[in-house]
Parts: sequence; C-alpha cells; structure tokens
Amino acid sequence: MSPGDGRMSEAGLIPITGAVPSAMFNPTTFTLANGMRVVVVTNRRAPVVAHYVWYRVGCADSPPGKSGLPHFLEHLMFKGTRTVPPGEFSKIVARNGGNDNAFTSYDYTAYFQMIAKDRLDLVMGLEADRMADLDLSDEHVYPERDVILEERKQRVDNEPQALLAEAIQAAQFLHHPYRLPIVGWLHEIAAYTREDAVAFYERWYSPSNAILIAVGDIDAEELAPLAERHYGRLPARPVPERRRVQEPPQYAARRIELVDPKVRQPSLVRSYLAPNQRPEAHREAAALEVLFELLGEGATSRLYRSLVVEQGLAAAAGAGYQPWSLDPTAARIYASPRPGVPLDRLEPALDAEIARLLDGGVGEDELERCKRRMIAESIYARDSLGGVARILGMALCTGLDLDAVEQWPQRIAAVERAEVEAAARAVLVPAHSVTGRLLPVEAAGDG
Amino acid sequence: MAERGSAAVRVEEVVSPGGIRAYLASERSVPFLSLELSFRAGAVFDPADKAGLAHLCAGLLDEGAGAYDSQAFQRELEDNAIKLACEADHDELRIRLKTLTATREHAFELLRLALTEPRFDPEPIERIRGQVLADLRRRESDPGYVAGRAWYARAFDGHGYGRPIRGTPETIARIRREDLVAVVAERLAREDLAIGVAGDIGAEELAGLLDRTFAGLPVRANRPPVAPVTPALGDTLVLPMPIPQSVVTFGRPGVRPSDPDYHAATIANYVLGGGGFASRLMEEVREKRGLAYSVYTYLADMALCPLWLGGVATSNERVAQSIELVRAEVAKLARQAPEEREVADAKTYLTGSFPLRLATNDQLARMLLGMMVHGLGRDYLERRNDLVRAVTREDLERVCRRLYAGELLVTVAGRPEGLPG
Repeated sequence: MSPGDGRMSEAGLIPITGAVPSAMFNPTTFTLANGMRVVVVTNRRAPVVAHYVWYRVGCADSPPGKSGLPHFLEHLMFKGTRTVPPGEFSKIVARNGGNDNAFTSYDYTAYFQMIAKDRLDLVMGLEADRMADLDLSDEHVYPERDVILEERKQRVDNEPQALLAEAIQAAQFLHHPYRLPIVGWLHEIAAYTREDAVAFYERWYSPSNAILIAVGDIDAEELAPLAERHYGRLPARPVPERRRVQEPPQYAARRIELVDPKVRQPSLVRSYLAPNQRPEAHREAAALEVLFELLGEGATSRLYRSLVVEQGLAAAAGAGYQPWSLDPTAARIYASPRPGVPLDRLEPALDAEIARLLDGGVGEDELERCKRRMIAESIYARDSLGGVARILGMALCTGLDLDAVEQWPQRIAAVERAEVEAAARAVLVPAHSVTGRLLPVEAAGDG
Repeated sequence: MAERGSAAVRVEEVVSPGGIRAYLASERSVPFLSLELSFRAGAVFDPADKAGLAHLCAGLLDEGAGAYDSQAFQRELEDNAIKLACEADHDELRIRLKTLTATREHAFELLRLALTEPRFDPEPIERIRGQVLADLRRRESDPGYVAGRAWYARAFDGHGYGRPIRGTPETIARIRREDLVAVVAERLAREDLAIGVAGDIGAEELAGLLDRTFAGLPVRANRPPVAPVTPALGDTLVLPMPIPQSVVTFGRPGVRPSDPDYHAATIANYVLGGGGFASRLMEEVREKRGLAYSVYTYLADMALCPLWLGGVATSNERVAQSIELVRAEVAKLARQAPEEREVADAKTYLTGSFPLRLATNDQLARMLLGMMVHGLGRDYLERRNDLVRAVTREDLERVCRRLYAGELLVTVAGRPEGLPG
C-alpha cells in the first residue's frame, strides 16, 4: 500500500468516548475555467477510483407535461455520441474492468464509474464526450422509452406500497414539482419524443452545471491535469437558474387511502412538510435530523419502543428525514400493524406518541445518546468510495457547500434540547400533513 | 490492470489458541472492523411442520441475551454504534458485526452473549413472530417473491429446499421457545463455524477475541441429516396476480464455487445474463426490443444443489416473448460456447473488476467468509484472477453443455398472455 494510507486514522477519532470529529472526508476542491466544479477525496486503500459526474438538474426540473423527462435523458446518455456507438459506453467500461451506472432524483442526475486507477483517464474521456456530443437516433430512443415504461411498472405499478408513496407525495406537494414521480406519469412517459430529450440536454448539460467528484486512489494534483484535458476543453454554456414554483402554505390535513386487492399487509404513512437545509439556516435542519432519529431510527427509538414493543400494536414503526433538498421537503413517519390490529387503533397510538413528544419534550440523556450515536456511525461512511462521492454530490446539488458535509458532526453535536423541541412544534403539525393508508379490500371501511 | 489491488489485500489465517479459525484482512485506514460469520444452521434443517424456525431464531438472537433484556441489549448496540445483524438462508445462519475500534471488546462480548446466552423472552418472541407474519403477508403481494418461492417449491418439492425460509403462518404459529433454544444448542457449533474479518485489528488481538467469543460453543453440531437433491425441471407455472407486469424466475442446476468448472461457469454466466449491458440477454430483451427494465442471471451457491437462476419482468402482453428469447439464448449457448471476443471481454471484466469487490471492510469480510465456507484457501485472492484467465475453450464448451443443455423450470407471477395459466 502507498504511504498515504495512514492519513485518516492519524486523527485518532474515537467519538464514542468524547471527541467530535472536526471533519468527515477532507475533500479538496477547485473549479475549471468553464465553470465545472471538481472535488477530490483521497483514499489509498485500493488502486481504485469512484468517478462521479453530477448535473444540477433533476426531475423537479421536468418541463410541464413531461414528468420524468430528466430520468429518460439519463437512460439516453448511454445511447451514443458521434464517436461512441449506442450501447457501447457500458461495454467499454466493462471491458476495462469497471462498473458503471447512473441515477436521477428530484434535484440531481449523476453518472458514475468504479474503475481501476490506471483506467480513469479512459472513463473521463468517455464521460466528457457524452457531456457535449450526445447523438441520438429514433431507433435507439423509442425502444428505451419502452424500457422506462417497464421500469415504472416494475418499481411502481406492480407494488401497492409504491403506488401509495407516489400518491402521498402528489398530495403533500400541491404545486411544487416534488409532487411528480421521479420516473414520470405513465401517460407522459408514453408521449416523450427524441426532440424533448435533446432540448432538455442542450438546456442543462453544460460543464458549468456539472460537478466532478473523484474518490479513491487519487489526489488533486493527479486529477487536475486529467480534468483539464477532458472536461476543461468543453466550452462553457450558460445554464438557466433553477426556479421552481413554490409550495403554498398548507392549511388542511390531507388523507389518502389506497385499497387494493393485492394488499395483504396494511400500512400507515404520515408525511409532514419540512424545511430543507439552507446554507444560512442549518441549525433547524440539524435539530430535525436529531428529532427524527430519536423518534424513529432503531429498536430503542420512541416509536418502535412504544408502538412495537410496549403496546404491541405494530410490527414495524419508524421515521425518516433527509434535509438535503433544494427546496422545502417532507419528513415521514410510518407504521405497519401487527396481524389483527386495525389501522384505526394504530393511528391514534401513533398520534399519542407524537403528542407525548410535543407535550413532554425531549430528555437530556435521550438527546445525548442519540447525538453520540449519529456522530459515531458517521465514521462508517468513510469506508465506501461511492458512498463518499454520493454524500458530497448530494450536498453540492442541493444548494449546499462542502462544509455542510464536513461540519455535519459538529452541527449535530451542537443541537440543543430546546431546538429539537422547537423543530418538533414547527414540523409535526397536523395541518401540514398527509396521512396515507394502505388497505386490503376486505378491511376497507373498518380500517 | 489493477492486479496489485487484489494482491495488495493480505489475508492471514488466524487460529486462536483454542482452535477457532478466521480469515483476516487487516486494514487500518478507518478505525472500525467488519466481521461476518456463518454456521450450517439454515432453514434446510427446520422440521417440516416448523418451517421458518431458523429464520425466526436469527431474528431473536439480538433481542436479549445474558443479563440484558431485549431493550437493554438493543440499547447497548445502539449507544455504542455497534451493528449486529443475523439472518438465515436455506443453508446457513449468518451474522454480521460491525464495530468501531473503541468499542471492539464490548461488541465481541455482545456477540458472545447472543450466540451462547440468548434469552428468548416471551415479549420478543411474540413481537418478532408478529413481524415475520406481517412480512409474509407483505410478500404475498410482491410478485418477485411469489415467483421465486414457487420456483423453489416446485423444484424441490418434498425436500427442505422446497420449504419457505420464512415459513408459513401455520408453521410460524407452531414454533415454541424450546424449539428456538434447540436451534442454538444443536446447530450453532464450532465444527462448521466460518469467520471473515476485515478492518482495524491485528492477528494477535483477533485471536484473543475469537477464543473469548466462540470457545463456549459446542464442538459438534447435532443436526438432522439432509440429502443431496436435484431440481425438478421442465414446467412453466403461472401464479395469477392482478398486476400489469409479469415477473419471471427461471433456472437450472449450477456449479459450486469449489468446482473446477466454477470460473468457466462465471464466464458463461457473464455472457448470458450476469454481465449487465454486456450480456446477451440484456442486448436481446432490453436493448433491441425494450421488453424489460431488468433481465439477469446469477450462480446461486446452494450447499446441496448449486443453481443458476435468472429473472425478467415484462408487461403481461409481451412477457411470453421475453421468455422465448431467454429460452433461445440459453439453447444457443448449450449448442455453442461464447465467441472468442465475448470470452476475452468477460475475462478482462471479471479480472479487472475483482478489486472493486474488495474495496470496503464489509465486502472483504464477506469475501473472506465465502473463501472459508467453500474451502477455497487463504491465498484465493491472489490466485483467483489467474484461474479466470486459465479458462479454455474446452472448459467453456463443457460447462455450457452442463449449465444450459436441458430443460428450464420457469415460474411467472402476473397475468401473462399466451402462457398456460
């Protein structure tokens, strides 16, 4: 192994016994003349690099009536350029011992390869080529549209739980494009054209809207000439600002019930409008992260302990909140009943647990345990090259900077009890919620 | 290309003073370790009328042990950021442990308690039983589970492999505390304990922990005998479900990792359906025709009968076409081994990507465990790419006949058109 590999352990971080890490990944960053941001994290344990290119555009930027178009374009990015024939991209990567894929969310689209260090130059050339030179023909575009229809059926239409999640999301956001499914509505997918995809590509896929993240057996000095050669040669193009219509205040609780003959196991999801993390207002997001952790993460969390262990009403219960979102987002609580327990009994018990938190507040010991665990577990995140690249890319594509990641342990450590309680009062408001219930046919009506 | 990646992972065989064996890859860059272990204690040993016993038992090992009741045990894990996960498959009961260096001693002590002094208190038994039942009901509406379950039930009718790992509502209801106690007492033994460890620990430190953690286990297991078995092939079964897309499972006997033909089989499988966009099935089913989002095949290591299995999901009205394309590609490989170019591409991928599979402590621990379970030897990581490169044309012709000549068993969940329902 190379001499650099002791770097991360030198800090001697043993958070469980006290010290809070002062950094997460120690990234280095620079920007090319055409505006493309570059981030490097060095990890020398294997001669491998995770190479990610992110675009600051996602399905919340779908043109009107073309929900999911950014995800369709993600698929088409594998369909050829003037120099690389359709379908060859992944085959070339594979012939060089690499893995590649791509993913799309509301706020970003990302492409990645895991590759031996000595083949990095090759995949950077391929990625830069398709950033500027995509060359699509009908014979490859339209079969891929069928693939997207099958993807939607596989991920959503075949799965009642996913159909409910889609309906809750659409109900939570009346106006903001977070209401749209990332994969798109079936009828709008069926109407995509090649011209739609090309127009979207030309509008958003510019180096100035892209971020390169490389994690692994490489440092900034080694990466900079490669980045210059492959991406630096691409001309800068202006990209519009992302301005989405914003969600109006919500005044009325919304309820959704999906009754489906396929359903055997009912479930309950409660979604609340929640603030996203913004550079100028990170404390509330940190407090909310802690709140949802102590409410619903793990077997000693409040919801699991009360609903699953003590009252025996639920088979599962938990909560989740992801603050890295370009616009205000939603936080979720879920529970699934034990056999024989109707949702009409489970839901009041869940509400009572939320009321107990709002009325009784949070315990100092409970808060400290929770914060300490969150910070300690963050050490594990350093081990996965791709995981590090994803964390950094998500932050940068949702309006945050690298310090949002690097200072995360310190920010969690600084969360105070009063902040958690204030965050709970601000977010766990019935009028800001959507309640979704998944029911089998025979149970409809009697919950 | 990237050869030093696999060679750079130095694997030690650690044998504790008490005789417990583990493979270790010491890796100091991040202050934590991952451990993965297995016992031959899986569902195949469950009594037919108590199917799901090993799975339920695995779910209860971290629900209270020694002086810690369930909540106290979970609190010890969570407060110390220790990850402990137990699961059962057909053959094995597997445990994954992940701990920061600072909490290592405590983590191994909790593992020792889980394996040797699980409490099986009434509250967690009923709670986890309820979770298993809820999970089974959820899976009834998951077409992937329904098709896969039907495949095993038909292939191995009357054998332990044909029974559901998670049991059925009836068999789960019959399981009593003494059954769970018996699994631990009779099946968790040192004779077939296999352990892989990767991360921030050295051989000497690990040896001490191995003795303290596992020395209390019985040397020999007391398991019912299980017979070798071959799958019943040839049928196409339809499991009616009211969904727009049919989900298909198909497969035949495979090749086990210790078999001399294993690396030839991984090349053949890569060409057929294991190689993502480089595979023939992806090309024919997805790329040319847009029939599916995913279509794949893989080798499944079943101790008594290795398999190769595959899957595809296609709209009801076109799924018959997908199945025909799968059959045609399988038959083609049975007649003729992959072309030279395909073989060369498979070899460069399989050798070049090998370090990518060893890049995290979790991945390494799992790989080391597999090496021990399958008897591949401590130096397997160094030898493996040469074994792939050494595969010949004759090897591939032989293995393609072995894998692909003959009938498939196919199960389809959905409302497929043009298939016998």
